Amino acid sequence: MTTEHHEQDLAALEQRFQARIDAEEKIEPKDWMPEKYRQNLIRQISQHAHSEVIGMQPEGNWITRAPSLHRKCILLAKVQDEGGHGLYLYSAAETLGASREEMNQALHDGRAKYASIFNYPALTWADIGAIGWLVDGAAIVNQVSLQRTSYGPYARGMVRICKEESFHQRQGYHIMMTLARGTAEQKAMAQDSLNRFWWPSLMMFGPHDAESAHSAQSMKWKIKRQSNDELRQKFVDQSVKQAEVIGLSIPDPDLQWNEQRGHYDFGDIDWEEFNRVINGDGPCNRQRLAHHVKAHEEGQWVRDAISAHEAKKRQRNDRQAA
Amino acid sequence: MNAANRHEAVLQYAVRLGDDALVLGHRLSEWCSNAPFLEEDLALTNVALDYIGRARMFYSYAAELSGDGRSEDSFAYLRDCREFTNLLLHELPRGDFAFTMARQYLVDEYALAFMEALLESADPQLAGIAAKAVKESRYHLRRSRDWMLRLGDGTEESHRRLQSAIDDLWGYTHELFELDELEQELVAAGIAVDSAALRPAWDAAVRATLDEATIAVPAGDWSVRGGRQGIHTESLGHLLSELQFMQRAYPGLEW
Ligand SMILES: [Fe+2]
Ligand SMILES: [Fe+2]
Repeated sequence: MTTEHHEQDLAALEQRFQARIDAEEKIEPKDWMPEKYRQNLIRQISQHAHSEVIGMQPEGNWITRAPSLHRKCILLAKVQDEGGHGLYLYSAAETLGASREEMNQALHDGRAKYASIFNYPALTWADIGAIGWLVDGAAIVNQVSLQRTSYGPYARGMVRICKEESFHQRQGYHIMMTLARGTAEQKAMAQDSLNRFWWPSLMMFGPHDAESAHSAQSMKWKIKRQSNDELRQKFVDQSVKQAEVIGLSIPDPDLQWNEQRGHYDFGDIDWEEFNRVINGDGPCNRQRLAHHVKAHEEGQWVRDAISAHEAKKRQRNDRQAA
Repeated sequence: MNAANRHEAVLQYAVRLGDDALVLGHRLSEWCSNAPFLEEDLALTNVALDYIGRARMFYSYAAELSGDGRSEDSFAYLRDCREFTNLLLHELPRGDFAFTMARQYLVDEYALAFMEALLESADPQLAGIAAKAVKESRYHLRRSRDWMLRLGDGTEESHRRLQSAIDDLWGYTHELFELDELEQELVAAGIAVDSAALRPAWDAAVRATLDEATIAVPAGDWSVRGGRQGIHTESLGHLLSELQFMQRAYPGLEW
């Protein structure tokens, strides 16, 4: 903080900060911001980055088994995009003073989370369809809203990411459509996958607004622009129609169009399952983290080699210059 | 060679080049989410995509020449080990990062020269595929050569790993430069690349890089061959069982 800032009191700074937020101004890395705003963003952006990266595993698990070369290339490019999203997001978090190494460590220690949806396994080829259609679909709903988030680098990252996401959702939906129009066995595979991924996709939007730990402050700071329940409703409305078009049924007996609300009503989410999976008892929690730790540890000697090589190169250059 | 024989020979040649590209692309794709850091994960995936894309072009051309309703996927998914004709170097399991990059470097030096020569092919379709491949291979080579220097120069461990990778790979490089009767005839017709003629330049380039990376050139006292005749390492069968799982478990379906 500069001396000029020391002269003002914290309350005035915070007031001015909130006024900028209220006026829809973007906050940039060098601007003053409340420490809690910074911490809140680091938590959210790094969690988002980890989700992109951990999310490479369930889909990556099908790259070598994709059923055609065309599908294989699409899937490879898609998973590669997700890695790229992880990179943009880590960079956005770095502008707030977090380092890649720290964020990675927090993930490995279990201090940082990633989207719990990736703790479910991709067991059949249809799951690659369901993940693209529903998981990317839910992510898009959330990310479109975040294009208007108050932190500049995060908002711009979202704009870039959203451009790629719609291709992800289309390829997933197209896989589902192909299966739904295929043999009875293929259609059953698609339906089974929808059955398994539907509810976890709804859980991606987080707890109900009333129970959400970070929501109120995040909305005031415009880190979040729409509430969990609003976003979830938007996702349900769009997905029901998409399922109808390809003749698959959403596994929810309470799903019904509500004329008055102009939205679909839907059944209760199993929050016990939500908490169970978040807290470590999902089918793949241990493997996801172990996979990431293993790749990181196996890569240590490579990263060491790069640093040693760079250091030696500098030494050689210095010697030449001297 | 009469016209019918030549047609069949070009088809087989395209399949061979497709096989080389597919099995290497497969090995590279195995790195997805397993690379030493995220940027490298993306770079390896890029190269994998280039190779699988290259396989698709060669297979599509072979499918077109076959004229019997086969598609690119028929070649990739419906042939067994003995029918695959890739050079063995491409199929070896990915090993550690040093092994993958050393193999890539040896292949890239070869592939760039090979594709540059294929640009001159009397077969316009093969020359067209080469035109795209040359650009990719130039980028691949810049990357893999750089990795050779970094790993050779880096730490004791990276040097040791790179040396052992080169030692383990060396015997598989000889068959890159050998032509059977089919390829000799296609060379005579101005269609195929005379890969034997690529050897001196490849040797010189590889030796220069190894030298700069302070890696010893292995003694040339062992060599394994057989890929073009479908005599493979056992690892290929496992690669195919994974690659072909869906088409074998659910025959004849669209996905
Ligand atoms: Fe993404
Ligand atoms: Fe995505």
